[in-house]
Amino acid sequence: MIPSIPQPKAGVRLYQAYVALFFIYLAAPLIVVGVFAFNDSLFPSMPWEGFTLDWFIGDSDPRLGIFNDGALMESLGYSAFVAVWVTILSLFVGTCNAFLFERTSFPGKNMLYVLALTPLVIPGVILGISILIFANSIVNNIEDAWGYEIEALRPSLVLVILGQFAFITTITTLVISARLRKFDISLEEAALNLGATKLEAVRTITIPFLKPALVGAGIICFLMSFENFNTTLMLTGSDSPLTITMFDRLKQGSTPALNAISLVLMIVSATLAFISIFVQRDKNGQ
Amino acid sequence: MTSSSKMAFKASTLLLMLPLLIWLVFLILLPHVDLLIVSLREKLGYRNYVFSLQNYTEFFTEPLYWNTFLRTAIMSIIATIITLIIGFPISYYIAKIAKGRLRALLFLACLLPFWVSELVRTFGWMILLRESGVISSFLQWTGIVSGPVEMLYNDASLMTGLVYTSMLFMIVPLVTVLDTLDDSMIEAGYDLGGNGFTILRDIVIPHAMPGIASGCIVVFMLTLGNYLTPTLLGGKDSLWFTEQIYNQFITRFNWESGSAFGFLLLILSSLIVWVGLKLSRQTLADTVK
Repeated sequence: MIPSIPQPKAGVRLYQAYVALFFIYLAAPLIVVGVFAFNDSLFPSMPWEGFTLDWFIGDSDPRLGIFNDGALMESLGYSAFVAVWVTILSLFVGTCNAFLFERTSFPGKNMLYVLALTPLVIPGVILGISILIFANSIVNNIEDAWGYEIEALRPSLVLVILGQFAFITTITTLVISARLRKFDISLEEAALNLGATKLEAVRTITIPFLKPALVGAGIICFLMSFENFNTTLMLTGSDSPLTITMFDRLKQGSTPALNAISLVLMIVSATLAFISIFVQRDKNGQ
Repeated sequence: MTSSSKMAFKASTLLLMLPLLIWLVFLILLPHVDLLIVSLREKLGYRNYVFSLQNYTEFFTEPLYWNTFLRTAIMSIIATIITLIIGFPISYYIAKIAKGRLRALLFLACLLPFWVSELVRTFGWMILLRESGVISSFLQWTGIVSGPVEMLYNDASLMTGLVYTSMLFMIVPLVTVLDTLDDSMIEAGYDLGGNGFTILRDIVIPHAMPGIASGCIVVFMLTLGNYLTPTLLGGKDSLWFTEQIYNQFITRFNWESGSAFGFLLLILSSLIVWVGLKLSRQTLADTVK
């Protein structure tokens, strides 16, 4: 089953047909979402009623385009706000973790490493409810003790940021560690020999080396945060991020406006994904 | 190393460890301990609780709850197996047969759908499968069926969505592991008189085992914890356990029993991941490498 072994032609054709069919299966849902964003009908379904841009720029009900839909644009803003904070926090902690696990040794390191990986095997909904419960306990205890209520720890954007940060940090830790492992430590030692302090050496030599991984991990964080649903669902308050707003609208009944916003999301994610693949590729071609 | 520099080293390690500890303790450990505590109490009145196993006994005495639990687990296992069966030939094609530019293109094509939000992907399947959807219209147009067919809101559509959503997490580890299989091993297999099937059984699959294990573990875990796909594609009677948890928390505001459900799901998923790792002789640290 490799090119150097001759195979019956029919078998090869059948295999290729299967692969082709698979990629059609992979692309089909995305293509229909994109195409129906331009259908001149009140529902994203057959038949095709003609081409329209109303679902993007329409200015009145029932054909309110997404760019004129205040609530939708607001939730897009919330999503961006959350994603920026999650990216900053998890990049920072992820970088510290990478240095900790790759550069130092201390008793209990393996145990801490496994613990740092556990968010990967905690279902998102469970992570969400456990953080919800914990935040609620803190608020209640403080309120009982000092009579002061911390609003931010009620379901809100702050909790959404914390919840997403909780598991996305594992991803950044892995991505940055992988790059740090490839770093030739003698470069840093050379800098130390030339009179740099440890911190200067890390700042001028190691961090620039890590930059592709940092940019790549940052983009991954941003996208993961933007599209996260399970954890966000449990922690969101009245200001809901885009995925939750879209979900609520979808439950009420779908309009092609949802296709339009989905298409915008697809274009933005694909662009970011290409950039991340591009920056993470080494100059000498992997 | 002098003793003072040793001290400095330790202080810097501690400083580096601080973000990790804050993150793990406050966002992972304590919340889960709290989840367990809440699941073990019974509400008598406003902020008046006693320790009790009532939430767990409620789960085991109400058939709807544990049926849903069992159903979710079984459906997740089936989804994992289907994903493996569909994804393996594709991964093999990408890793071993496609070359150069085509190979890179196919691999990228596998990744791209997963950069798009799960909601959008699920929405796409709704447009395809619903009564007035693309597939139904196509079937009517070809004359295979005479009226609209509703393909949404049943287990088959739910399975389609689950498999679609987890495909990437199967293909990436499989491609990575099949990449490391030397072509000459397969050639040697043919030289020794093996056929396609025996080579697959004796060479390819044993070599791919670590990838199969990590792929299956991730897919199973994600499917078990999935909320969107069952809710949107499975319809009102989809009976998915995460939906039960959500209902307990948000609709019924019964955090105690919701926590018990959550804890049971956590135990189930950890248990299966653990058994999977043991059976395939992997460790969690290996599977993420």
